[in-house]
Amino acid sequence: MGLFEMTKTVLRNLAGGPVTRRYPAVPARTSPITRGHVVFDPATCRSCGICSKRCPCVALHLDKEAKIWEIDRMRCIACGDCVESCPFGSLTMEQDYLPPTVEHVVDRYTITYVKPERPAKKPAEEGADA
Amino acid sequence: MPERIVVPFGPQHPVLPEPIHIDLVLEDELVVDAVPSIGYIHRGLEQLVQKREYPEYVYVAERICGICSFMHALCYCQGIEHIMGIEVPDRSRYLRTIWAEYSRLHSHLLWLGLFADGMGFENLFMRSWQLRERVLDVSEDTTGGRIIQSTCKVGGVRRDIGQEMLDKMHRGLDIFEEECRDLGNVFLNDETVKYRLQGLGVISKEEAYALGSAGPTLRGSGVASDQRETGYAAYGELGYKAVVETAGDCYARCAVRVRELYSSIDIIRRAIEEIPEGPIDVKVRGTPDGEYFSRVEQPRGEVVHYLLGNGTKHLARARIRTPTLANVPALVKMLPGAQLADVPIVVLSIDPCISCTER
Amino acid sequence: MSDKKEQIIREIAPGDLLREVEALNAGGYRIVQIGCTGMESVYEINYTFDKDYDLVNLRLTVEPGAEIPSISGIYWGAFVYENELHDLFGITVTDINIDFKGTFYRTAEKYPLSITRSGGDDSCQNV
Repeated sequence: MGLFEMTKTVLRNLAGGPVTRRYPAVPARTSPITRGHVVFDPATCRSCGICSKRCPCVALHLDKEAKIWEIDRMRCIACGDCVESCPFGSLTMEQDYLPPTVEHVVDRYTITYVKPERPAKKPAEEGADA
Repeated sequence: MPERIVVPFGPQHPVLPEPIHIDLVLEDELVVDAVPSIGYIHRGLEQLVQKREYPEYVYVAERICGICSFMHALCYCQGIEHIMGIEVPDRSRYLRTIWAEYSRLHSHLLWLGLFADGMGFENLFMRSWQLRERVLDVSEDTTGGRIIQSTCKVGGVRRDIGQEMLDKMHRGLDIFEEECRDLGNVFLNDETVKYRLQGLGVISKEEAYALGSAGPTLRGSGVASDQRETGYAAYGELGYKAVVETAGDCYARCAVRVRELYSSIDIIRRAIEEIPEGPIDVKVRGTPDGEYFSRVEQPRGEVVHYLLGNGTKHLARARIRTPTLANVPALVKMLPGAQLADVPIVVLSIDPCISCTER
Repeated sequence: MSDKKEQIIREIAPGDLLREVEALNAGGYRIVQIGCTGMESVYEINYTFDKDYDLVNLRLTVEPGAEIPSISGIYWGAFVYENELHDLFGITVTDINIDFKGTFYRTAEKYPLSITRSGGDDSCQNV
């Protein structure tokens, strides 16, 4: 039986400050493992294509010939599967969320990885122009 | 005899966040019949199973619903593991239980908030969501996502929780439980809330059972049915007894959810205390070939994933029956006899999740 | 696995459906779901019932265009699943207690999961 069950909580809340924060004026709360957005390192990618094969929402595209790696930020669901599967560590997950956009943009990177020179073998030339 | 009029309710309604459309047949202010229809957000996610490899479909399955996402992944993974005969390590089963119960906490707190909002108790709504924020913070600290946790995978889990974090979670639960009990006290004992909810949308035990309802709708009517009693994940070791109320009205369904908050906190606490050391995943080889009806207790009731594998990397078919669809017949039976002003509350009391329902 | 109970799947003919379902109803089973699976050229319809966490499935195999009887006379709540069969797969279910006649799922395209549907895949983004 009670009519003022809420009073205690209300009084306590009056004393405390707000629990929400004014995002985006104040950065969002993140933890070290927050899945914010995927970052690509063109210098280490060896164009194996595992990331684009595993992506559950077809957000990643790799053009092996043209050495282009693309990510469609609007399709990416930040599940982190590509980051986990990349054997060369070219993909990392950053904590902060990307700002909202009004245009559909596909982020495009040119892969700059150069195959290291091996002794007694002809040096690889592809990719040197990037 | 008063004139009958039909009032369309939804899919956009200030109180109801879900796109369900109901044609209400009214006599003055009294509902005499209700005809629901859905399909505004049908996305065909079940079909995607044929285009995604089975380990990747977990992430799609998780996005069937924005609230019980972890449970969908859990249900899907357990189904695949059963077909392929994979034994997941003990530690991963406990971790799954912990995350599943945190999901239940945040889902129930969300629902309690919406329900309070539906009653016009704004202050209680804010308080529920304030507490929910605490659960989401834990979720983000342990999985990297506030709601879509993406930690379940076929063969185990993707992340471990360190002992330090587990201790922190355990300590946090004590204060959290106290605050939840304060919140639950308002829902269960406040006269205004009782006056608004008691005797509204009554559904009897026999009716609820015959209509095939699920979750709190079923348990609020006195049927002790909770899939957690079957002992999937770590519930077998931890033990679980279904929370049951007998009145069958909106108040009883609300009470079931409030008391499930406490039982969830209790399960998490015991899971953290008893969690064994060891690996968190096993290597998965081969492809699923066979069929299985996987069932998991979601916050809204039991979810059924029917999975049919044909020995390739892609499943032949997934069929997902979500609890809201099972509760729609109950809703149709509840509405006649209610006042028009009470319709949002009655609809909310089954905790409709339409994006789940339509996949 | 934790769930060690066997799941019974019984293949039945459409003519036996009502008799089988009535027997289950008398045995105290509650309906869990009716789910359809589009195979190569037929539909498999699973009627799932549960009693004390025991699952019993009745499986119908029907050709596209065939009619199946409604079980909503026995389980009142079955109408949601039967309307779903009709609206998503295009299977005709006769004598449903609440027949929406194709308006339960208000999808843009008729019968989106039908196996006889043609030409729909071009617009699918997720290839």
